Amino acid sequence: MKHTLSVLFENEFNAIPRIVGLFSGRGYSIDSISIGAAEEAGLTRATITTIGEEQVIEQIAKQLNKLVDVIKVVDLTFEPFVERELALVKVHSTPATRPEIVQIVDIFRAKIIDISTKTMTVEITGKEDKVDAAIGMLRPFGIREIARTGAVALKREFQGQA
Amino acid sequence: MQNRQSVPSKPKTKSEPEILTGSDILIRALLEEGADTVFGYPGGSVIGLYDTLVRHPKLRHVLVRHEQGATHAADGYARATGKPGVVFVTSGPGATNTVTGIANAYMDSIPIIVFTGQVASTMIGNDAFQEADIIGITRPITKHSYLVKKAEHLPRVVQEAFLLASTGRPGPVLVDLPKDVLASKAPYIRKEGVAIRGYNPTYEGHTQQIAKAAKLIMEAKRPLVYAGGGVTLADGSDDLRALAMQGRIPVTTTLLGLGVFPEDHPLSLGMLGMHGTYAANMAITECDVVIAVGARFDDRVTGRLDAFSRESKKIHIDIDPACIAKNVPVDVPIVGHIKNVLPILVSMVKKTDTAEWLGRIEELKKGHPLKYTTKPDLIAPQHVVETFADLTKHEALVVTDVGQNQMWAAQFYKFKNPRSFLSSGGLGTMGFGLPAAIGAAFGRPEATVVCFTGDGGFQMNVQELATAVKNRLPLKIAILNNGYLGMVRQWQELFFEKRYSQTYIQEGNPDFVRLAEAYGAVGIRVVRPEDVAPAVRQALEVKDRPVVMDFIVDPEQKVMPMVPAGASIMNMME
Ligand SMILES: Cc1ncc(C[n+]2csc(CCOP(=O)(O)OP(=O)(O)O)c2C)c(N)n1
Ligand SMILES: [Mg+2]
Repeated sequence: MKHTLSVLFENEFNAIPRIVGLFSGRGYSIDSISIGAAEEAGLTRATITTIGEEQVIEQIAKQLNKLVDVIKVVDLTFEPFVERELALVKVHSTPATRPEIVQIVDIFRAKIIDISTKTMTVEITGKEDKVDAAIGMLRPFGIREIARTGAVALKREFQGQA
Repeated sequence: MQNRQSVPSKPKTKSEPEILTGSDILIRALLEEGADTVFGYPGGSVIGLYDTLVRHPKLRHVLVRHEQGATHAADGYARATGKPGVVFVTSGPGATNTVTGIANAYMDSIPIIVFTGQVASTMIGNDAFQEADIIGITRPITKHSYLVKKAEHLPRVVQEAFLLASTGRPGPVLVDLPKDVLASKAPYIRKEGVAIRGYNPTYEGHTQQIAKAAKLIMEAKRPLVYAGGGVTLADGSDDLRALAMQGRIPVTTTLLGLGVFPEDHPLSLGMLGMHGTYAANMAITECDVVIAVGARFDDRVTGRLDAFSRESKKIHIDIDPACIAKNVPVDVPIVGHIKNVLPILVSMVKKTDTAEWLGRIEELKKGHPLKYTTKPDLIAPQHVVETFADLTKHEALVVTDVGQNQMWAAQFYKFKNPRSFLSSGGLGTMGFGLPAAIGAAFGRPEATVVCFTGDGGFQMNVQELATAVKNRLPLKIAILNNGYLGMVRQWQELFFEKRYSQTYIQEGNPDFVRLAEAYGAVGIRVVRPEDVAPAVRQALEVKDRPVVMDFIVDPEQKVMPMVPAGASIMNMME
């Protein structure tokens, strides 16, 4: 099943290869990894998604915890968590298709952030399935390029009834 | 009061740190950590470091003849003493030659610190002469590694390297030293104590968990201690003995746990696993509580997992949370240092009732002792091991290579003391024996060091004979010469219908006696069974150089009993 791991670490020399290596060393691939500065100066957070057996992921999480650079590891999979991904999609456009694209962008609460005579670049934020759906709707127009960040995630604090 | 201006403005020597080169800083930092010996080999990127060594006679440098030898020697030194072993090598090929030794130390959690030369910082990434990305290459086989970017970082890096290598679950640390960093100057500033934010091994065991374990043990009818290399590493032999005696609990050990419990004690079952004793394997199958201490339920121990010790509850004490419940589900996990956990456990284990179980253990031991058959006029390799055991009173420091020789040493020496059996367990590295014996001899100069090796494995690091001769190390190197890659041959005989594909090495084997003599060692060939004891006695008399003993042994001897790979450990071939 899909797991989302949140890894807080000190981004010392070689820290990221060590983190990534624990997955590849077990024959696991990382589906997405998103890395950026965390709440405290000097700390970095990686959100990693991967598909694998629970026991193996648990072992990877324990091994991650043992890395000297790593401060904290949480497998968010079994807790309520919020998750977002950002995608930039450069889609082929003509004067004729532009209104239709704009409409789709509105429905997904996406944004147009660049435009040229032949293309529009759309910024989509949301959970993975929403991003997938938006891209699916844009595909018929002809997609030139896509860049996605992969998920970033944090544990959900409000845990009342939804 | 004195006029300030009248005081001559001399520099205050105390408060101003000395300015030293990176090489000097490194050596000084090593001495501050208590290092006394370095195993190494020079080259272009560390030539300045080697020049600096000349000015530091307190740090003894042992010149090996191959960098793999340096890592195994440092490993042997660490296993024999408990102190981290230190290695210096040059960049590129010097560094890559250490890889097997680092992997070996990693698998067995041995503290070594490998300092590798590196091309100058400005050249890194340029495919410069003798450049190798050794940090990348060794990433999965080091506990941690450093690329030192400034000479002033060296004191802290060295402190951290020693801390990481030798605490928690120990392991190898690599420190990569660009040539310009070693040459550049910086103030020597060392702060007392190091703390690494992301490194906090758990030392104290959870008291409630320990209480639960004690309760389980007291309720058990058939408890068994299963002790591993972690007990050796933690120097926890006394505490383990106390637990066994207090609870009247029989003890089996892994290969790396040999020596932590005296094998001549009635509670000892010897080694378990693939070539363990029948009694140990049956005991772990029949027991109702397993107390695993510093062991990791390795596949060579458990055999087929779904048939392993099915009726038992498991208590697992280890400093590494990642190795608990990795292979086998555990009922009472206890993360902590053996030296902290065991005394508390011993104090909580009040009374046990194991009399009936000890009867069963006795019956298993009596019914299925380790044995071997002898043929007239052929030396049984097991007999060689037993003879050494007798004549050294089971108190030598035994180092082995890998293969049949290793298993016979493990089975037949009958160890009494911890840190007296040094062997490559997890990686099973042929070529480990001789250089590790050299390291052990440097670490424990008073010990009689015996190295059991094979005619195959001995040749994998035979060049280190030069190191042993140069340093007048009185090693007793016993080659159990069967003319085969014997352990592989054994599998071919048993599981591949005697097709001995590429395992016959007698044709091409050198004359080991003349080889020894060529190096300046003593060579002794032993062909007849009745000559074994006199030859061993003769070897034990030699005090100023290594002795290579070429025991021509029965090539058909097998290591028995044996659990075939993938089988349950109840099903032993005897
Ligand atoms: C570096 C290395 N290569 C290959 C092996 C596989 N292997 C394990 S035991 C063995 C045979 C060892 O032969 P020898 O040194 O003569 O010892 P014997 O088993 O005959 O005592 C081999 C090839 C290994 N363990 N290590
Ligand atoms: Mg052999």
